[in-house]
Amino acid sequence: MSDDLHELYQSIILDHNKRPRHYGALTEATHQAEGYNPLCGDKITVFLRIVNDRIEAIQFEAACCAICKSSASMMTEALFGQSVVEGESIRSGLSRILNSNTDSSPGLETAGELASLAGVRKFPARIKCATLPWHTYQAALRGEAKTVSE
Amino acid sequence: MTTSAIFDYTRVRADFPILSTEIRGKPLTYLDNGATSQKPAAVIEAIDRYYRAENSNIHRGVHYLSEKATDAYESARAKVAHFIGVADADEVIFVRGATEGINLVAHGFIETQLSEGDEILITHMEHHANIVPWQLAAEKTGAVLKVVPVNEAGELDVNAFSELLSERTKLVALVHVSNALGSINPAKALVAEAHKHDIPVLLDGCQSVPHMPVDVADLGCDFFVFSGHKVFGPTGIGVLWGKRQWLDQFPPYQSGGDMIERVDFDGTTFKGIPGKFEAGTPHIEGVIGLAAAIDYVNQLDRQGALAHEHALLVDATEKLSAIDGLRIIGTAQQKASILSFVMNEIHPHDIGTFLDADGVAVRAGHHCTQPLLKRFGVPATARASFAFYNNFEDVDRLVTAVTKMQRFFG
Repeated sequence: MSDDLHELYQSIILDHNKRPRHYGALTEATHQAEGYNPLCGDKITVFLRIVNDRIEAIQFEAACCAICKSSASMMTEALFGQSVVEGESIRSGLSRILNSNTDSSPGLETAGELASLAGVRKFPARIKCATLPWHTYQAALRGEAKTVSE
Repeated sequence: MTTSAIFDYTRVRADFPILSTEIRGKPLTYLDNGATSQKPAAVIEAIDRYYRAENSNIHRGVHYLSEKATDAYESARAKVAHFIGVADADEVIFVRGATEGINLVAHGFIETQLSEGDEILITHMEHHANIVPWQLAAEKTGAVLKVVPVNEAGELDVNAFSELLSERTKLVALVHVSNALGSINPAKALVAEAHKHDIPVLLDGCQSVPHMPVDVADLGCDFFVFSGHKVFGPTGIGVLWGKRQWLDQFPPYQSGGDMIERVDFDGTTFKGIPGKFEAGTPHIEGVIGLAAAIDYVNQLDRQGALAHEHALLVDATEKLSAIDGLRIIGTAQQKASILSFVMNEIHPHDIGTFLDADGVAVRAGHHCTQPLLKRFGVPATARASFAFYNNFEDVDRLVTAVTKMQRFFG
């Protein structure tokens, strides 16, 4: 198997795919949005409970590929308990990593588990899979019920 | 030398330059023929020759090259007519693809046939291209879209088909072979059933023409569409055939140059078919490439090719079925060489990426048939679709790659 493929589907991604964290609908959500990629049919719902600008709870449900599901699972772990402002800094940090080329990787060392998503950069057709949960999170924050990402 | 009844797929592979290339250091295993087919050298060379030595605009030119290009273009029309069993070549309209062909017919129906309460009958296994134009037609005219259900095997419910034909049905739009499941519909019988009630039938032949000889006169349908690029020709060119009695009634779909008889600021008179529906400079290169593709297909042993594809389908079905946790979607009795499958715990996109790493090209997604996949309770499938140039090694590489992937995810 190729190194690129190994990097894409490393064990941490497979683990989140198999045992997604914070999975399932959230009762008493203050925000929620459904994200959809019409090209591939990936679908995810992100639920948030935000109190005093803090993400007190974040959950998701999804029918999607391993990359999308593990990205969503890691997202919930990274954002849980954070302030909305801190959350935005985490989100934009990951966005910088995913949009960078594979030689330079700004912020990769400090990204924690999220750094494992960097392998997707070698598979341009799959980057949207990794970003869909985060776009959906943003849509939920903005109070949009649905977002479409392609 | 002995003649053999067995189709010589080894020889035909050599006709397709791309089949000897490598993908990520692995031999290309191209199993995405349902999306688009590969092109034989004869097609590539015809297009090359056209631009190197024959390029010119058609019709109205009086110089040598223009006459030559016009001849090539119009003789391609006759070739297409002959290829699908049409007697009157003027009934063959060149369009961008099956999608445009269906839209043209929908436009004609909106303008001349449909009114509030009329019904259009489609099926649950249509490609979006044979759903959305009819939805829009229904919205515009107040007509109602009716849908023939599909059974668990992926076969049309033919009893429901008959029951859904009503006094108000103005058209049946039906896929000949399902692009997502491979099911071959009993088109001839369904056309006959619709005709009992004088209801015209449009057949979407995108997936039938590449696999089997098609004779619209025998099928009896009223409209037939297919895309050039799925039948070993170039992209951007397709065919709408329709009976003259219908096409004559329809107003122009697009307007401009080349489709008029006379233009005056007081009014314009249009050409008859096919010119009426071919506004502007057409896709001459595409038509020439399509003609070369048809020549190529015509010299094949088509029954042999079909039997070979069927053998590949049987082999792949048997080997994939043996894999634990793999489910084949679409198990119709009559199937073209299209094989959709899903796997426990592995999403089709992950399947697609994994197989690609082994040089195996399959399609992963909804195949532009979202209502159909919803009916089977899956958002997407992985689809391997075989052409006559595929071989049993391709099947084995697919199966090996799937097995390897399953071990990885396991």
